[in-house]
Parts: sequence; structure tokens; C-alpha cells
Amino acid sequence: MTGDTGKERQATAAPAIELRGISKAFGPVQANKDISIRVAKGTIHGIIGENGAGKSTLMSILYGFYKADSGQILINGTPTAIPDSQAAIRAGIGMVFQHFKLVQNFSVLENVILGAEDGALLRPSLAKARKVLGELAAEYELDVDPDEVIEELSVGHQQRVEILKALYRHADILILDEPTGVLTPAEADHLFRILRNLKEQGKTIILITHKLREIMEITDTVSVMRRGEMTATVKTAETSPEELAELMVGRKVLLDVAKTPAQPGRVVLEVENLRVVDEDKVERLKGISLKICAGEILGIAGVAGNGQSELLAVLGGIARGTGIIRLNGDQIDLTGQHSDGQSRRARGIAHVPEDRQHLGMIMDFSAWENTAFGYHHDPAYQKNRWLMDNDAILENTKGKMERFDVRPPIPTLSAKSFSGGNQQKIILAREIERNPDLLLVGQPTRGVDIGAIEFIHKRIVELRDAGKAVLLVSVELDEIMSLSDRIAVMFDGKIMGERLPEGTNERELGLLMAGITDGKTGEAA
Amino acid sequence: MTRLPRWADLVLVPLISLLLAGIISALVILAIGQSPMEALRTMVTGALGSAYGWGYTLYYATSFMFTGLAVTVAFHASLFNIGGEGQAQLGGLGVALVCLFIPWPHWTLALPGAMIAGALFGAAWAAIPAYLQAKRGSHVVITTIMFNYIAAALIVYMLVNVLRPAGQMDPATARFPAATNLPTLHEIPGLSILFDKQIPANVTLFVALLACWLVWLLLWRTRLGYEIRAFGRSEPAALYAGISPFRVTMIAMLISGGLAGLMSINNVMGESERLLQNSTEGAGFIGIAVALMGRNHPIGVFLAAILFGFLFQGGAELGLWTSIPIELRTVVQGLVILFTGALDHMVRMLLGLFFAPRRTQVA
Repeated sequence: MTGDTGKERQATAAPAIELRGISKAFGPVQANKDISIRVAKGTIHGIIGENGAGKSTLMSILYGFYKADSGQILINGTPTAIPDSQAAIRAGIGMVFQHFKLVQNFSVLENVILGAEDGALLRPSLAKARKVLGELAAEYELDVDPDEVIEELSVGHQQRVEILKALYRHADILILDEPTGVLTPAEADHLFRILRNLKEQGKTIILITHKLREIMEITDTVSVMRRGEMTATVKTAETSPEELAELMVGRKVLLDVAKTPAQPGRVVLEVENLRVVDEDKVERLKGISLKICAGEILGIAGVAGNGQSELLAVLGGIARGTGIIRLNGDQIDLTGQHSDGQSRRARGIAHVPEDRQHLGMIMDFSAWENTAFGYHHDPAYQKNRWLMDNDAILENTKGKMERFDVRPPIPTLSAKSFSGGNQQKIILAREIERNPDLLLVGQPTRGVDIGAIEFIHKRIVELRDAGKAVLLVSVELDEIMSLSDRIAVMFDGKIMGERLPEGTNERELGLLMAGITDGKTGEAA
Repeated sequence: MTRLPRWADLVLVPLISLLLAGIISALVILAIGQSPMEALRTMVTGALGSAYGWGYTLYYATSFMFTGLAVTVAFHASLFNIGGEGQAQLGGLGVALVCLFIPWPHWTLALPGAMIAGALFGAAWAAIPAYLQAKRGSHVVITTIMFNYIAAALIVYMLVNVLRPAGQMDPATARFPAATNLPTLHEIPGLSILFDKQIPANVTLFVALLACWLVWLLLWRTRLGYEIRAFGRSEPAALYAGISPFRVTMIAMLISGGLAGLMSINNVMGESERLLQNSTEGAGFIGIAVALMGRNHPIGVFLAAILFGFLFQGGAELGLWTSIPIELRTVVQGLVILFTGALDHMVRMLLGLFFAPRRTQVA
């Protein structure tokens, strides 16, 4: 910056944030390599990239969580050191994390002033916050009841509290990390309206996401990160999702799933009036009924936490329930000794769980040990009555890793050293190669990079084409829409309705996901 | 935090921890006005400097191997069995009953009989805490500690009121018949030249070595071991895989208690040849330290057991030949446990700084 050009001019000319040559290494891993970026004032700037591309690291540096190994941060043209988050807040930066940092049993007001109290007595601070919150709500459509306790609020409202917290601390620059992951489409729309309002008032917004659609919808400029490097910064209006995907992955990517129309055969899975009550005596499934035929993918859409996990758990033998489940016409035990993962597998149900790190694999086990996980009683994996045949499992794993393109293809590596996508491929290889009659698959591509998404979708469709039934649970509507042959929407432990993907749209599904039906249509079969 | 190379993790960390424990011990000895070098010399010559010393070191090590393995097996199922002491005492009761009331013709027959009894009694003592944990979620740490006290009280009752021969003053059983006496290492053909006559180390050492190998086989080569380790790492994942938490908890604790109970063929049958009050001398608790230091691996347990055998025997020599009180043995053991068990991460972190590639700090 040359000379003093006056506050006015500097504010308009200098970018709100400029990063120059930021690098950060964690041991041998170079998380950020010489990253330079300019975010113009009063714009929405998207940062997109696969998991592990270095987006979160970069933002953590900006918010003072990490110290860059080299490089410079300029806020409104002034070089600024950000050693901790307090400094970031003083510099006018606010951050909305993917996982909210709210005190669950505090009220909205208390959460907002937490750490920003004016004095030892709370009353003046609370009164001031109440007034400010009122103004902010009116200005930006950010209305939240200030006296409501956080745990009583919906996820969308909790997110608003996070935004209010940042604004209350006079943030001019707002960073949002994967903000729509937990929202219904309607809530996401509302969030975007808030963001546009903020932008019109001169705030600068950085949006971190892996969803191309959101980038196209709301950002002015978009920067793409790949393997720690900033590969491109383009005007959103001048690019396309295909181009962005290619920039992210480094090769051409098929965004749509290529599949032929389903050829449904006999009924494989029949569920009638399934109910699950959890440990706290809360009814999680309130009478679910559904059918899946051979050669068909049934997609379960819904906001996370509306009973999808419980549905998978009961079908997979992890949780107990009441009702009737028939597989290939035979009734399955829902309680008692024959209601565990082993007996389900024996009947031909394979399960790719939603939470692959806590359910699907043992992170400390090696890849080959995880290949036997759940199938460790398989005679092919035994040397004799007493001992397991570790060499056989190892060999088997090598083959699976090759066929499912797991990288690096080293079976002795522990599961936690693989990326999310490769972990998922290890699980998929284990489950799909069992040639099950029914595949339960939850969030198949959560935390998985775009390149691997394509591969995983292809395998699921292949299994369908081989005449198997697939139950797909996903919170990604795009995934549900493109992969399913039939869509059932879950809300509050019930199925709100069934639609065909070609006969519906995101708006209609979004309404169902929020529990709104127009009276008559679509009660589940 | 940087990850250490494997060799540093397995060799360097315990060695440095030990060294630190040694340094602090030396300072303590200095502080009470004694010479640390003198103490070290006494310990080393007393425990390792003679066939006689080795005879004791290996005897203690044998006991610690069993209790260390007991903690190890439970630990892999994520169960912290602190009840080794009580389980070993109950094992002693089992061994005593079998030795006293069955007329064995020869020790080769008496040994398997006593092993079965010791393991069964130890396992039975672990079964109740195991069941309470598996069915009701009562924490096994709490229940096993309580069962140590109950075991001690039960043994006293048995010795005073039931098993004490008429006319005997001290609370102990009668001597076991001579046919049940286990040969010491001196009495084993081929080893007689190596070992002194008056040593307590006996054939049980080989049983302990066998147990190390079997535990390794169990944990890393069998389905059951696979299930134990999987359950220990993640209970939800174990449920997903169809592994029954109840079954694994019960079995792991029974094996653990059985191993602790097996210890008593060393001290009760092999050494004292009758059941005494407090026959275990805290070996059950030392097993926890042995497992911690041995990183819950049978090879590590073997090495750590030898180390603690050395500390035990060397410490006793301290009390015998120097004016350093024998209680200092407990101090040294405590420091070793503190550094190898509790402060393990501190050493690892400091080493991590050492192994980390040099970074340039630019603002």
C-alpha cells in the first residue's frame, strides 16, 4: 500500500481480505501451498474443493486457529497478524462453524453475549444484546426468539444464532463452513436470503462448501482448491458446474449418474408398521411401511435425525424394533438372539452404515482386518477350527482394493490413514462383493471426494442392475434424485410420501422433508 | 503432534521413561542421605549378579507375567480389570484345595489339576464384576476393586476358620503333600548348573511363557481375539458387525480372571507350598503396571515382568544390605509406573519435538 489515501478510499479499493503466499504444513503433509486470494468487499466468495483440499486449514489460519508457516494476511489493505481468534474478531472476522459452538442449555441471548460481556454484571449486557438482536433481526431476516433455549431451536435457527453471534461482535467478514449440510432445502433458501441481505449491507461473506449447486446459486466469485493449492479463481457467472468439478478433481467428472430405467422384479424387502423406541423411551420410528423390489433403488430422503438412522439400524440388526420385516418372503426376527448383524448378513443383507468411522470400521485396525469385519466367521477366512487365516484375508483384501481402486492399495495400512473416500471404498468392497440380496447404504458419499463419488454411485447402480434391492439413505437431495428409482421422504419417524424422481422436484421433496403435505397425496404403500 | 518412528515408539519411549524414573529415584535416595550409585550396585548385583538373585527375579517375574497378561486381555476389550489381586488370591484358594484334598501321585499330574482349579477360581471371581458390567453397566473398575477387598476377607475367613489345621497358630493351611511340590529351576535337568539350590523360581516360569504365547495367539490369530479387540476399540462398530457385547465382556473378563488365578501355581504351589494370608504380595496390582509398560502386548508384558521382577528382588536386597529402607522399593516402583504408564505421553511429546522436521516460523 502506498501512502495514506484516506479511510474512505481505502475501504472501497482494498479487498476485504487478501492472503499472500500462505503456506502451512502438518508434518510431511502440505495442507496449504503458497495460497494467494483476494476477496472483494461486499461480495460472496465461494471456496470449493474436495475433502482434504485445504479449505478448512486456510480458514482456520484466517481465524487464528493455526499459524501459517509463511505468508501474509491483509485485512482491508492492512497487514494483520492473527495469532488467535480474539485477534480475528477484533479484525472484524466472524466464523460460523459446521458444528455449532453453542451452549445447549443457555438461551439465545446468553449465547450471544458469552465471551463478549461488557462487565461483571450480566443484566446490562443482556439488555443491550436484546436491543441489538432486535435491530439485526429486522435488518437481515434473522429472527430468533432471544429467550428461547438453544436445545429447543431447530438446526436452522441455531445457525442463525451463530450468525448473530458474529454480527454482535461487529463482524464485517463472515466465514461459513459447509453451512447447508444440516439444513432442509427451505432452510437453506432462507439462509441464502440472509446472506444476500448481509451482502447488500456491505458485509463480505466467504462460503466454504463442496456443493457445486450452492456455489452457482449464491456466490459472486469462486476459488477452487485442490491438494492444498488454489487452482483457480473465477467469476461465478463465467463458469459452469462441469468446469468447477474438473478444476476440483483435476479431470473430467461425470456429474450425473448414468443409469438405465429400473427393471423391478419380485419383492425383496417388505416392511410393515415398523416401530423403534430408543433408550429414552422416545419413539423414533412411528410405523414405517415400505417395499423394495429386486433391481430397484429406494431412496430415503429427509433431514438428518428423522428416523433414517434407526431404520437402517433395525434392518441391519443393530437396534431392536417391533413390526414385521420380510426378506424374500421370510419374516425376520426383530428381537431375541437372532436379531444381530451376524444373522442379517447370513440372510443376505449387507449394510454400508452412515457413520463409517464409528460403525463401519475399526479405525485402528488395518485395512485387511476391516475387510473381515462382520464376516470374520466366514469359513474362507479360517485356517482351522481355532485360528483365522490372516494370509487369506490379506490376499482377499488385495483383490478388493484393486477392484475398488482403493488408494494406496496397501492392506496393512490402518483404516484411519485412508481418506474418507477410500475408507468408503473399503467398506463398499466388503459389503457389495458379498453379493447381498439387499444392500442397505447410508450416506454413501458423505465426506467423500467428487472423484470417488462417481465410482461409488456406479457400483451401487451396478448392484441394482444385477437384480439386487438397494435401500439408500442420504441427506443429499441431489444424490437421492439422481440415484433412486423411487423416493420415500421421512419426517419425524414417519414416511411422508413416495415420489418418482422424474415426477417430482426439490421444492416438493423439500416440503415433505419439512413435514408439510398437501393433505391427500402420497401416503406410503 | 508428530508421529514417532516405530522403533522410537517401542524402544526409545520406554527406555527414556525408565531413565527418568531412575534419575528421580536417585534424587530421592540422595535426599535421604544415601548414595544412589551404591543403591544401584546393590540392586543389580542382588537381582542379576548371581544365580541366586536371578532365581528370585525370575520367580517374581513369573507371577507378574500372569497378572500382566490378565490386565492385557481385559484391556483389549476396553475393560480395566483392577481385580487381579483378588482373582489371584482366589486362585490360590483353588490351588490349595486341589493340592490338599486330592491325593496326587506326582507333580506332573498335580500341576494341571492345580492350574485348572486356580484358573477356575480366578475366573469365577471375575465373573461377578463381568456380569454386572455386561448386564447392568456397573463399572468394572469399581466392582473389581471392591472384589479385591472381599477376596482378602474371604481368604482370611477360610484360613482362620476352615482350612487352618487344629493347633496351628498362624492363619495358613497345612503344608501341601510332597507329591504336589513343583521342581525349582535348579531341579530341572540341564538347568541345575545354572541355578542355585535355594531359589523359588520353578517350572511355572514355563507355564507363564506358554501363557504369553497363547495370549498372543488368542488376541491376534483367533476369531475370539478379533472380536475382543474390535469390541474394545468401538462398541457401536462391534454391534454393527454382530459381535455380542455381553458375550465378549464376559469371556474377556473370565480369561483375564483365569490368568490372574493361574499365578497362584507359582507362589502358592511352587514357593510357599501352602496358602498364606496375602500370598499375592501385591502382584495383582503390579500386573497393571506391567501391562501398561508392556503396551498390552505379550512380548512387552514379558519384558516388563522381568524388569519388575528385578525391581522387586533388587529392592529387597536394598533393605537387606544397605541402610536404605525397603520401602524405597515401593518408591522406585511407583516412579517407574508413573513414568512408563502415566507420563508416557509426556516423553512421547518431547521426543516428537525431536523427530519433527524443522519448521521455519514466518509471521
